[in-house]
Amino acid sequence: MSGVDPAERDEEESGSRRSRGRVIVLTMVPVIAFAILLASGLGRDPRELPSELISDRAPAFALPELGGQGDISGPTEGQVFVVNFWASWCLECHAEHDALVAAWERYRERGVVFVGVVFEDGEGTALQYASEKEGDWPLVMDPGSRTAIAYGVFGVPETFVIAPDGTIAAKTIGEVTYSWLTEEIDRALRTEVSA
Amino acid sequence: MAAFVGTVSLAIAFALALYGGAVAIVGVRRRNPSMLESARTTAYSVLALVLIANAAMLVALLTNDFSVRYVASNSSVATPTFFKILALWSADEGSLLLWNLVLGGYLAAVAFRFRARRPETFGWALAAMYGVVAFYLLLVLGPTTPFATLASVPADGNGPLPLLQNHPLMAAHPPFLYLGFIGFTVPFAFAIAGLITGRVSDDWIRITRRWTLAAWTFLAVGLTLGALWSYGVLGWGGYWAWDPVENVALLPWLTATAFLHSVMVQERRGMLKVWNLALVVGTFSLTVLGTFLTRGSILSSVHTFAQSIVGPMYLAFLTLVLVGGFGLIAWRRDALRAESTLDTPLSRESVFLGNNVLLLAVTFTVLVGTIYPLIVEALTGEKVSVGGPFFNRNTLPVALLLLFLMGIGPLLPWRAASLSAVARRLQVPAWAAAAVAVAFALAGAGTAAIVVFGLAAFVGTATIAEMLRGVRAQRRAHATSWGVATRAAVTRNRRLYGGLVAHLGVLVALVGVSWAALGDASGELTLRVGDRARVEGYELRLDDLNVREEAHRRVIVARITAFDAESGEEVARLQPSLNLYPGSSEPIGTPSIRVGTPWNGMRDLYASLVSVDAEGPAASIRFFVNPGIGLLWVGGFVIAFGGIVAAWPSRSPPKRGSLPAEVEETREEVRV
Amino acid sequence: MRRTWLLVAGAAVVIVAAALLARGGGESATIEDRAQAISAGLRCPVCQNLSVADSPSRLAGEMRAEVEGQLRAGRTDDEVRAFFVARYGEWVLLEPRSLLPFVIPVAAVALGVGAWMLFVRRRPRAERTEVSDAERRRIDVDLRSLEEGA
Repeated sequence: MSGVDPAERDEEESGSRRSRGRVIVLTMVPVIAFAILLASGLGRDPRELPSELISDRAPAFALPELGGQGDISGPTEGQVFVVNFWASWCLECHAEHDALVAAWERYRERGVVFVGVVFEDGEGTALQYASEKEGDWPLVMDPGSRTAIAYGVFGVPETFVIAPDGTIAAKTIGEVTYSWLTEEIDRALRTEVSA
Repeated sequence: MAAFVGTVSLAIAFALALYGGAVAIVGVRRRNPSMLESARTTAYSVLALVLIANAAMLVALLTNDFSVRYVASNSSVATPTFFKILALWSADEGSLLLWNLVLGGYLAAVAFRFRARRPETFGWALAAMYGVVAFYLLLVLGPTTPFATLASVPADGNGPLPLLQNHPLMAAHPPFLYLGFIGFTVPFAFAIAGLITGRVSDDWIRITRRWTLAAWTFLAVGLTLGALWSYGVLGWGGYWAWDPVENVALLPWLTATAFLHSVMVQERRGMLKVWNLALVVGTFSLTVLGTFLTRGSILSSVHTFAQSIVGPMYLAFLTLVLVGGFGLIAWRRDALRAESTLDTPLSRESVFLGNNVLLLAVTFTVLVGTIYPLIVEALTGEKVSVGGPFFNRNTLPVALLLLFLMGIGPLLPWRAASLSAVARRLQVPAWAAAAVAVAFALAGAGTAAIVVFGLAAFVGTATIAEMLRGVRAQRRAHATSWGVATRAAVTRNRRLYGGLVAHLGVLVALVGVSWAALGDASGELTLRVGDRARVEGYELRLDDLNVREEAHRRVIVARITAFDAESGEEVARLQPSLNLYPGSSEPIGTPSIRVGTPWNGMRDLYASLVSVDAEGPAASIRFFVNPGIGLLWVGGFVIAFGGIVAAWPSRSPPKRGSLPAEVEETREEVRV
Repeated sequence: MRRTWLLVAGAAVVIVAAALLARGGGESATIEDRAQAISAGLRCPVCQNLSVADSPSRLAGEMRAEVEGQLRAGRTDDEVRAFFVARYGEWVLLEPRSLLPFVIPVAAVALGVGAWMLFVRRRPRAERTEVSDAERRRIDVDLRSLEEGA
């Protein structure tokens, strides 16, 4: 090999260094993108799920009263309904009961109907639970969980506020608070006025 | 006391890990052997300290020390001793303690293995391992420390999660998984060391071959045990739910399997150097991704331990590994040029390449499917699911192709095959496949069954033929008995025979999976005590329901007798149960299984108790007939056995003047 | 050699024929089959990752009953699925409607194979170690001339 011009060789080397640098950068792009993608998943609760049925028509139900004879049906046009799914084995249901009682007492005069639907529980244990709790709104069994499924229930407790026009105004998963109840029921009552 | 001992030993271990890593690097750069030696022996201290920490937690569990939050959350006075010990790794923080122990064990094992002679890359490899050790020690000391204490000590603990104390298999599943995952740290460390030092020849492969095989074998066992646990304990009748955490455990095993094959191509042809380094970095990264997805509370799954601060730490470490690993490979690209190319598609190399492409295709499919919900939610806020149907549909055809390659791979020689030799070797397997296909067709089987079992016959015959070839060559060469010839053949070529055994294992497992998928049946029924009902070719009679109180749970057992619907003879007695644990709303079912054996048509009869109605008394039962499932477990363990055969150390170097196995086989071929 | 290949090809033909002539599935699916298929594609809301078909939970059993009930009432498969999606969201479908999770891995592998082939092409071909017949003859001639003392 006859003498290579040193200037040429340097150029070649720096060229290969440049291409090496380019390869490194090219390799890093998908890696960093992947990392960012995974990072975006942080801070999200994987158990949080969106409420599908908001502003959809609330499924009608006619369910046997707990420990009683007849059926309770709903929702009724022109009235605000609060449908609460619960079970005796559900700890959060125990916790939220006071909030429900308070809201029920506040709004019973104004024609707001509270209905408690038993979810995945035996009639005996449900009655036992109910007898230990305050409040006197109708409680119903849900044979085959057909109503729960119709409402897209994932578990208990879940509470739905139904507006007078029959659409689902609000839904919450987990322990319901008095402030949430009052806020949503007030809003639902207001739609009655405008309608 | 235990918490103090535990935390202090972990803290010292962490400091020592930093020391070890730093000293190793400095020792290498200053060419100071005594520093390197100090870095090496520090590994033993690290292991000892982590061992002490684990022992401290064990003591805390066994002595009901509820001042330690982990003990209060995961154990109780009533918990049986065996499950108290298990509690060490049954929840996030504790399992991290076990993780560190296994990692420390591998670190010390590497230190021990290279106590006398060591490669040039050893210093950097040690430093890389110390880096990994330091990260996991930081995790176990920091946000997810198992030794956090409670200000007010409760009188009793919550007890383990019901699902985790239902069955002793919980004992074996995580340790084997960890031995597998963590084992991949060793080839990774040596690969990185090779890249850093520029010594990117095949050394790093040679050095770490047995470690990689061992890790791969452990992981195979861990995965098999996991599937066995899912089937025998969880009670849903299946063995693989495509749960995100199951998926991420499978991924490194797939890439490691690809690696085990492509490594052979590099050794013989000097090709795929960049590819193999990328596979090792990728495998290790997948194990980190696995821990990230499992513990970083990103995906909801049976296994997820939710911890929100930990996520960013894992992500940072994963990014570091990916950037460092692939960056180094890109940096050293020039030294990694291939020495040759593929001569022809009809060679073992090209089959191995095909194997790699297919395995990586499955890896990508499962990876994308697993994190797709994450991506969609990050970009649009919508929640979607990717589950069983997607994964089954998209991996099945690839699995069949892989099966095919597995059959012809060993039939093809390296470099180039003469068509006549290939044809000769293909004959018997091809006709075996045809015979099976015809038999199944005549028996009225569907297309799927014919294809799968025909292919299985092909692969099985080809594999066994390959195994016999070497043995026969030995017999002819040395005129010995079959036994001696087999031993000789295996000893001379452990990798080949280990591989063939592993292939048989895969085959058996796939046959089991296919048989179960094609032939399973199930039914749901509600029976009152004394009733009989017919389901899927069997008649079930509920004999009785009884309740049993145990120390840590209440058990409701349904005793069922199963009869063959046609002959009326009794086939099995099953006792599925429901276990109610205090503090848990939903009972955990334990299924009852009549195991399928060749004598009863390989049919598992599986019953699980769904619910019980005291006012019947009646029980709701799900009944499954699962043919061939047993083959899955057998296959899994045969795969692991193949790994052991391949990795088993040779007793003595090959005798002088004896020809390598392949040459003898070729000579045998020519003679024929 | 040709006969061997013919034998192998013959085996392949037999296998394919057997597969094609097999008892084909083509029978109209029963309500139970349809219910099973739909349930296998729905995600159980109270479990981790199990399908409604697989899940041992009570709600899953009730959902299975709901699916079968709707099918018996005359609804189509799509209508039943839509019923659940309207209530539980896209989340409840185990197989995403979008083709993306299938396309991405295929594209990645195709890209990878393509990139590899590009690189392999660019590399200088390794020297052939096989010796052709013509070369062989030339070598013989050269060797002979060497031996004869040139």
